[in-house]
Amino acid sequence: MENTRKRISLTTASFLISLFMFSGLIFSSFITFAASGAEHSGEKDFNPGEMIIHHISDAHQIHIIGSVYIPLPVIVYHKGHLDCFMSCRFWAGTDENNELIYQPYTAPSGITYQNHHEVIEVVSSHDHGHTASDVEHHTTENGVNHEHHTMVAGVEESSDSLALSLEAVAAESADHAHRGHGVKALDFSITKSVFGMLLVIVLMIVIFRSVAKSYEKRKGLAPKGLQNLVEPLILFIRNEVAIPSIGKKKADRYTPFLLTIFFFIWMCNLLGLVPFIGGFNITGTLSITLTLAAIVFIITSVSGNKHYWGHIFWPPGVPLLIKFILVPIEFMSVFIKPTVLMIRLTANIAAGHIIILAFVGLVLLFGQSSAAMGYGVGVGAVLFMVFMFLIELLVAFLQAYVFTLLAALYFGDATQEHHHDDHH
Amino acid sequence: MEGLLSVSIGTVVWASIAFLLVIGILAKAAWKPIIKSLNEREEGIAQALGEARKAREEMTLLQAGNEQLLREARDERDQILKDARAMAEKLRADLNAKAQAEYDRKITSALVEIDNQKKAAIAELKNNVATLSIEIAEKLVKEKLSDPEKQKVLNESLLAEISPN
Repeated sequence: MENTRKRISLTTASFLISLFMFSGLIFSSFITFAASGAEHSGEKDFNPGEMIIHHISDAHQIHIIGSVYIPLPVIVYHKGHLDCFMSCRFWAGTDENNELIYQPYTAPSGITYQNHHEVIEVVSSHDHGHTASDVEHHTTENGVNHEHHTMVAGVEESSDSLALSLEAVAAESADHAHRGHGVKALDFSITKSVFGMLLVIVLMIVIFRSVAKSYEKRKGLAPKGLQNLVEPLILFIRNEVAIPSIGKKKADRYTPFLLTIFFFIWMCNLLGLVPFIGGFNITGTLSITLTLAAIVFIITSVSGNKHYWGHIFWPPGVPLLIKFILVPIEFMSVFIKPTVLMIRLTANIAAGHIIILAFVGLVLLFGQSSAAMGYGVGVGAVLFMVFMFLIELLVAFLQAYVFTLLAALYFGDATQEHHHDDHH
Repeated sequence: MEGLLSVSIGTVVWASIAFLLVIGILAKAAWKPIIKSLNEREEGIAQALGEARKAREEMTLLQAGNEQLLREARDERDQILKDARAMAEKLRADLNAKAQAEYDRKITSALVEIDNQKKAAIAELKNNVATLSIEIAEKLVKEKLSDPEKQKVLNESLLAEISPN
């Protein structure tokens, strides 16, 4: 009983936190819009919203400092062609704000790609049926003759790819300088977030393998070094998260997953706080938290026993009429739970980055009107940034813990043996 | 905003592969041995604590036994000492009594002996005196009887002596 109450209060608290953080996210989007409105009035005006979104969004390169960028591999799949090249193929120098200027790149497969706001788009594709002259032919026709194009392109083209090629032709016919009309390619690139994630994974394997080795080597002895650092956390996750939520008998099965996800999220969060390595925002990337939440969802659903599903589809001890209301809600909660996990983590981490970047933006914004003002604001902003940074360190741990704890509670719910009196 | 809230299928695929890989590797190569040795250590500590408690209990028990033993030994010693003292006392008293008796007996016998000796000496002296008296009387008689004069004198003195009676 007390456990349930604790669980409810915890859920409420985390809901409030995520609501608060999410409102911050929405608020920051207002900054974006407000700032983008101002963009049109002055050409060289600094746009803090754009800067913030640029920094927390995923990218195909790592921005170290100034005009120093590290290229990352681009892997795109388009119409049976898998193209791999480094993202520096898109680079055509930097502008006065040290932002990259992109140019299209034609891969060896003959497909021309462009980087449009970090989305890889196909500008033109040379299919097997196509020849260079074909494309030129269509280009001159400016994509007017739809039927003709389809015939030339080949019958195997689906209606989807028809649209693709049409758009591609249209894009090519347009001025190359004015980009942004390409077709989104299937992008399997090692982006900044993917790279950061792989880095965390390598780190995790190195760290925990060495810790495991020292456990094997120093059997029965007191922990030492890295072991000492990691052991309290491992014990914490096992004894304070896994066992109370799942139960002593079944906790062993889920502990490896919970440990992995805890350390993964925590280290990703921490990596995002390290300056001068490109400002990773791994756990603030929706695609990654979506994956993590989906894995939690799959594990919960797969390990859900009769009792768990029974409670969702036929809640015991509830009048029939109420069942009609309750069952859809219960069914929705199955999906809402992991979604909330995803949103909470993304929003918290992204919001933390946004707040710190907003202070940077504040300094730059004031610095634009006068240097003195910039320095004046800078003093306060730096203090706030340090404060926020410390909070972010806490949040990095807290969010990893909350995600792990809730995942453990969901597993516990799914595997719980029935102990209601009305069942007997 | 688009970059923030959009989901890239490629990233999802990479994240899934990477995360499943890391779970697979860590579960086998890290978590399993770590948790195993943690469990072993926990069990070891619990066992050691149990053993320590048991040893302590045994020690207390032993201590109580020792004390009991010590007390008994002390009692026994006291008893022995008391007995010994009593026996010594009795022995001394006995010895004293015996010595006294012996002394008394010796004194008595010595007195008797002395008395006897005295009697014997007196008897011997009497004998000797009687013998000497007879010898002297014999000599005197012999001398007085050898001369008729003298014999006559003697007869007279003797008669004189007897006559008052």
